[in-house]
Amino acid sequence: MTFATTTRVLGQLRHDHRSVALILVVPALLLTAVYFLFENETLPPGFPRTFDRVGLMMLAIFPFVVMFLVTSITMLRERTSGTLERLLTTPIHKADLLFGYALAFSIMATLQSLVATAVAYWVFDLDIKGSPGFVVMIAVINAVLGVALGLLCSAFARTEFQAVQFMPVVVVPQILLCGLFVAREHMNEVLEAISGVLPLTFSVDALKEIAGNADATATMWQDALVMGGIVLGVLVLASLTLRRQTR
Amino acid sequence: MTPLPAAIEATRLQVSRSRSKILKGLDFTVDAGRITGLLGPSGSGKTTLMRAIVGVQRISQGNLTVLGRPAGSAPLRHDVGYVTQGASVYSDLSVQANVRYFGAMHGATAADTAEAIAAVGLESLARHKAADLSGGQFSRVSLACALVAHPKLLVLDEPTVGLDPVLRAELWERFAAMAAAGTTLLVSSHVMEEASHCSSLLLLRDGLLLAQLTPTELAGRGRSEDLERAFLTIIKAADRGQEESQVTS
Repeated sequence: MTFATTTRVLGQLRHDHRSVALILVVPALLLTAVYFLFENETLPPGFPRTFDRVGLMMLAIFPFVVMFLVTSITMLRERTSGTLERLLTTPIHKADLLFGYALAFSIMATLQSLVATAVAYWVFDLDIKGSPGFVVMIAVINAVLGVALGLLCSAFARTEFQAVQFMPVVVVPQILLCGLFVAREHMNEVLEAISGVLPLTFSVDALKEIAGNADATATMWQDALVMGGIVLGVLVLASLTLRRQTR
Repeated sequence: MTPLPAAIEATRLQVSRSRSKILKGLDFTVDAGRITGLLGPSGSGKTTLMRAIVGVQRISQGNLTVLGRPAGSAPLRHDVGYVTQGASVYSDLSVQANVRYFGAMHGATAADTAEAIAAVGLESLARHKAADLSGGQFSRVSLACALVAHPKLLVLDEPTVGLDPVLRAELWERFAAMAAAGTTLLVSSHVMEEASHCSSLLLLRDGLLLAQLTPTELAGRGRSEDLERAFLTIIKAADRGQEESQVTS
């Protein structure tokens, strides 16, 4: 039933060419914008380009944002159209539904980050020491995080309008505090502490490890593991919001 | 013929939602292998009762047994089909993909999918997106998604709304055939003329059961062959009874 759900979710997306195009192309286009933004910077010799730092982090942040939005709207539609209630009268297990969703959107996220990473590498010569495979891996974990948070947040929204409003609440603080704009060690204590418990921070940390080391480091694996733990935790919370019975 | 065991049994069934009582103590049984009609004005609690039977609405008091088990228990999910009032299907999927997906929950085969689509007369539109269908076709997709699981009990909330007379007649024929094959059907409607297709009727009003009777008895008690008029007569009589009891108390 998990795979039936995955096939169904992908089937719904397949009919929606515009969304597929937006998911696959937009991150690459934004990455292009970031590249040209820093095109004319003057750097002391041997100093890494801003694009190598910011562009790399964007590769992980895009899938997170996009999948959060896509999932929370899709799941909300499922709740409001009555299909969720109907599904819950069938023998389907809640885990089948949640993991079915997570798997479907992870596949989309993998494609998305392959396109974006390929553009970063081959078009803009992204210069990092580690393997691009690990970059894609972190991007996919981020995407699944977005899916999990989207599934959870959809429970607290009654309309699609409300669902979109969760983005500034859930997504923007993580982007602000993840270490992209200001390095974490330069933040004041309160912000640094908050930043330390936000999941996106771990993925930025992992990307820094990938950028600075040719081989996978223990810190990177540790970050990835923490992210995986958070994703599972959020999925469990999301499953608690799926009630078979209303009071 | 030996009497079949009851498919649904309610005793002093009460359901409250956000502090207001929707169902105020119902006692009734629904025979297996028959079509039972659930009739009543809108707001009388028909949908709430159906949701309680399929197990998505929590019961506040009393008992509700479905196919020999408490309503909402896990094994019932294999045997109870539910067609909601608004068609709950994925409008961005094809007819076939919708039926196949809901069938997958019950381990249905490709043949089951084709059979369910044929049963609602949508073979020629199987590959069309549900959103491109007309209102009547759309609601038949929803029905096919329930039929694919071959439920023992099929609960249908206003299945004939928005259908033309020809389709309505066809659908009632299908229901009769299903009942003959042993399926229990509970069908809600507010179109009284459809009551004649049912072997038993539950008349619901304001969360209370006015009567459980056959269409013939309804015509007799309401003193009219026109079931709509008969129903109105019974309701008015009940209203007068209520007023009188309020005056005397």
